[in-house]
Amino acid sequence: MSEPILQVRDLRVEYATPAGPAQAVGGVSFDLAKGEFLAIVGESGCGKSTLLFAVAQLLTYPGRLAGGEVLFDGVDFTTLKPEELRLHRWRDISVVMQSAMNALNPTLTIGAQLTDACKAHTEWSDEKIAQRSAEVLAMVAIDAVHLKSYPFQLSGGMRQRAMIAMALLLEPKLVIMDEPTSALDVVAQRSLMHQVETLRHQLGFAVIFVTHDMSVVSHYSDRLAVMYAGEIVELGPTREVFDRPEHPYSQGLMEAFPSLLGESKQLTGIAGNPPSLVDPPEGCLFAPRCAYANDECRSVRPELIAYGNHQVRCHLVARTRKNDA
Amino acid sequence: MPDAILRVQDLTRLFRVGGFRTRGQLHAIDEVSFEVASGEIVALVGESGSGKSTIARVLAGLYPATSGSFVFEGKAMGRREVRASRGDMPMVFQDPFGSINPVLRVGHALLRSLKLHRPDIKRADRFAEAVALVEKVGLTPGEEVLRRYPHELSGGQRQRLGFAQALASRPSLILADEPVSMLDVSIRIGLLNVMKELRDNEGVSILYITHDLASARYVADRMIVLYAGRIAEEGLTTEVIGSPQHPYTRLLMSSAPDPHLAPTAFEGDDLGEPPKVINPGPGCRFAPRCPLAMDQCVVTTPPMVALSATHHAACYAVKP
Ligand SMILES: Nc1ncnc2c1ncn2[C@@H]1O[C@H](COP(=O)(O)OP(=O)(O)O)[C@@H](O)[C@H]1O
Ligand SMILES: Nc1ncnc2c1ncn2[C@@H]1O[C@H](COP(=O)(O)OP(=O)(O)O)[C@@H](O)[C@H]1O
Ligand SMILES: [Mg+2]
Ligand SMILES: [Mg+2]
Repeated sequence: MSEPILQVRDLRVEYATPAGPAQAVGGVSFDLAKGEFLAIVGESGCGKSTLLFAVAQLLTYPGRLAGGEVLFDGVDFTTLKPEELRLHRWRDISVVMQSAMNALNPTLTIGAQLTDACKAHTEWSDEKIAQRSAEVLAMVAIDAVHLKSYPFQLSGGMRQRAMIAMALLLEPKLVIMDEPTSALDVVAQRSLMHQVETLRHQLGFAVIFVTHDMSVVSHYSDRLAVMYAGEIVELGPTREVFDRPEHPYSQGLMEAFPSLLGESKQLTGIAGNPPSLVDPPEGCLFAPRCAYANDECRSVRPELIAYGNHQVRCHLVARTRKNDA
Repeated sequence: MPDAILRVQDLTRLFRVGGFRTRGQLHAIDEVSFEVASGEIVALVGESGSGKSTIARVLAGLYPATSGSFVFEGKAMGRREVRASRGDMPMVFQDPFGSINPVLRVGHALLRSLKLHRPDIKRADRFAEAVALVEKVGLTPGEEVLRRYPHELSGGQRQRLGFAQALASRPSLILADEPVSMLDVSIRIGLLNVMKELRDNEGVSILYITHDLASARYVADRMIVLYAGRIAEEGLTTEVIGSPQHPYTRLLMSSAPDPHLAPTAFEGDDLGEPPKVINPGPGCRFAPRCPLAMDQCVVTTPPMVALSATHHAACYAVKP
């Protein structure tokens, strides 16, 4: 892998709840190369948004960073003061939130929101701002006439593209996207993904893309991380994880997607529910739902173990791999 | 179709929209005709705004059609009949958290439905029947489930309960409006399997409304593809998926990523989204986005062309 732009080390996040602290992110580590597209998939509640918030240092009460480092270009974001972080936001990292409807201000035109963002982070002249605003909208195929439009005047797909345009205003090195396509229909979803890919190749930014629907990213991301109950359980090149998932949870997830054009077969899904984050099971967090779980699985929490460029958090995979070696 | 239990004919529903100057008629569904046979799952597929829920709501009697009609179990349903028969076609909704009274035990609503719809069951036998119903949708042990409160059930369990509730009146057809869209992927498949089991074991037909082609292929015997309030294509699932004919069906299929397969080509030039159909002119509603559009397409509405006894597409570019 080329020089990592982002190194996340043993990141932990807790939410204070009446029942006690809930560990929403429990020791997540990964590297992201310059210009790389990393997809993070997992079911709702597994901690995807919390992880992104922690990486971008946007956590608010009752969430709290309980440990770990977020090294961006070697600078540990977790140690920076708010005003120091401000210098990195938008220029180095920008975030595209789950719902453009909530993230865009409904009372301001798209142009005014782009202008506000520029004014907050640059000393640009009004002409420069106008020019750059039109430029980023053009990148996402939105006509500059929409600088004067309010969010409600745009279709869902256009709003989501406008959000991405805004994220690209100051040419960040990393764009973090939290389910940007979930509210869209499949055609708009596909065209948005296509656009993100084209821009990434043109501009060279890295992407962390979170989704609960991994079919969305299956053809776009370089690497895929599968999250379960706040942990990464599998991480590897996207095609490899899809074609040969190692972790029983990833295997179950792949088996939960009916194919549109491939083989037509009876599927089963995964029985049971994710564990409590306040009072998690002692061993592997997936053990209660895992068909292969044994005593070790139920008593010892497995580590994320690397094989070549693939990582898996599973005792059984670890043992068979050791025997193979 | 000899044993059609539902025949829908030219069903149209308009909504008045806009203000004083901009008043218009929104055509939510326009002259929609189709049939559902006994014991089959028919998928109604389309993007949001294509009119899927409007069809279900008109059929369920939640609001009347503007014009057109349907015949259900041999009875013609005009405005008046629909009101009286509300509940003949029970509906399962998308939101598993919206449609259940939170303060009553799960069993309460089910027992009430049985009391209302199944006078043949004696009071003493009602609980046993309710247990049987929830077990049919995979909620076990039934006695225990019936004593729980809705907040003690997961989203997937609530949607199963929705189907049990729908089954209480022993309907021949259930309208399921995006019943799995809000569920996590690992849970969706279980519910799709419940739908198949209800068809196979109980002989109930299901109109399965979805925007997800792959799930439609998984459960449905036949598919109807809607675009902007009109049927673009319909046929056996194998026909529509195996040889899609309408350019819109093809666009939908090429847009849906299939993680099980290598990437398909996508030109990426279609940024279009379905239009809101307000005061429409004549012609095909897909024409502005259609790579095959001809002069004729914007002049007159293309009629349904038969591609086989079961496969039809409304497109001038399609040759029978
Ligand atoms: N503000 C909060 N207070 C308490 N718990 C929270 C809060 N936000 C999220 N959580 C919990 O943290 C876990 C992870 O949530 P989230 O990061 O939103 O997951 P995802 O984005 O994968 O759906 C969930 O169990 C959720 O209930
Ligand atoms: N009560 C209503 N008033 C005005 N317009 C409506 C109403 N219900 C639905 N519509 C419009 O009718 C069209 C079809 O809606 P709907 O049947 O809900 O589509 P779908 O279920 O396929 O997403 C949409 O353009 C929608 O905005
Ligand atoms: Mg989230
Ligand atoms: Mg709907």
